Amino acid sequence: MIGSLGTLSINGGMFRHSIERMDPAHYLSSPYFEHWLTGVTTLAVEAGAASVDELERRAGGRFPLSRPDRGLLPDDLTPRKEPRYAVGDEVRVREWHPPGHTRAPRYVQGKRGTIVRFDGAHNVSDIEAHGGGFVTDPVYSVRFASRELWGEAGTDGDVIHVDLFERYLEDSQ
Amino acid sequence: MTADHHHPAELAPVEARIAAIESVLVEKGLLDTEAVDAIVRNFEDNLGPMNGAKVVARAWTDQAYKERLLADGTAAIRELGFEGPEGDYMVVVENTPEVHNLVVCTLCSCYPWPTLGLPPKWYKAPAYRSRAVREPRKLLAEMGTVIPDGVEIRVWDSSAEARYLVLPMRPDGTDQMTEEQLAGIVTRDSMIGVQRL
Repeated sequence: MIGSLGTLSINGGMFRHSIERMDPAHYLSSPYFEHWLTGVTTLAVEAGAASVDELERRAGGRFPLSRPDRGLLPDDLTPRKEPRYAVGDEVRVREWHPPGHTRAPRYVQGKRGTIVRFDGAHNVSDIEAHGGGFVTDPVYSVRFASRELWGEAGTDGDVIHVDLFERYLEDSQ
Repeated sequence: MTADHHHPAELAPVEARIAAIESVLVEKGLLDTEAVDAIVRNFEDNLGPMNGAKVVARAWTDQAYKERLLADGTAAIRELGFEGPEGDYMVVVENTPEVHNLVVCTLCSCYPWPTLGLPPKWYKAPAYRSRAVREPRKLLAEMGTVIPDGVEIRVWDSSAEARYLVLPMRPDGTDQMTEEQLAGIVTRDSMIGVQRL
């Protein structure tokens, strides 16, 4: 079924967000491939390729879909390619908790880390997931100390690396 | 939703739901079942941890290859013929006596398909995804892998483009083994970082 995503003009960001929009109880109580089924079917219904009534008639029962998309297209749609940061630079992850799709996990938002690798420029998932097309941004691997993320519950010496788009980052003060 | 919109009370079994959406998409010409079968065959026949094991065994026996692998994982893995979706940008991280690496995808289940195939069930479970970054040492111990004090744990959350492969340490007592024999002792879990060989 993933094969039909291209035909429906659905990109990876839209697909991942279709799963993030699942009812949390359904998400947590269903196996992985049911997430794919629910996401793809939701996107097919939203694209007008299928109707809920028809699907439920054929399935002979209720066919739960994901919730409506309440995500917003980000304001900054400027494409960028040249990295602003170098390996070793200290950065802070912006803290904004967008309502839609993002690849900035909440557990690093607002936290300070160090750039350890530059991965080139790639399409920003937050933008492609919400109809903004393909806009590039530099991507880095950022290293966080366990203590920075988890405080007393962290461990001295252990580190967590998260791959982040440049527009998620700001200079560390 | 209109007021008279009728929804059946009983949840349709997941198999019936799959058949329903599949039949609709096929009828509309949006799904090519032969293409799907080809994808499934490719996963069953060509992708899996046996590929990653070959990469590791080569790195253990060929120092120049290991250096290329750590410098540019994508190119070095392609040398052995492994490439494709979810493997377009590979980063290989090396375990040493001082450092243990662990791979996770907290946001979904990103995983290097060409070298490891599809992820195991636990890798996609919320418990693994949250605890790998929050308390990796405790999680690993519960999974049977005790990381000695003083060994640094480096967690890699594949939240964007890079897909990670752990290069485990070569076990003692394997000096006489051939590259092929070595590939046979490399496990999937050791290349995710939840096991030490």
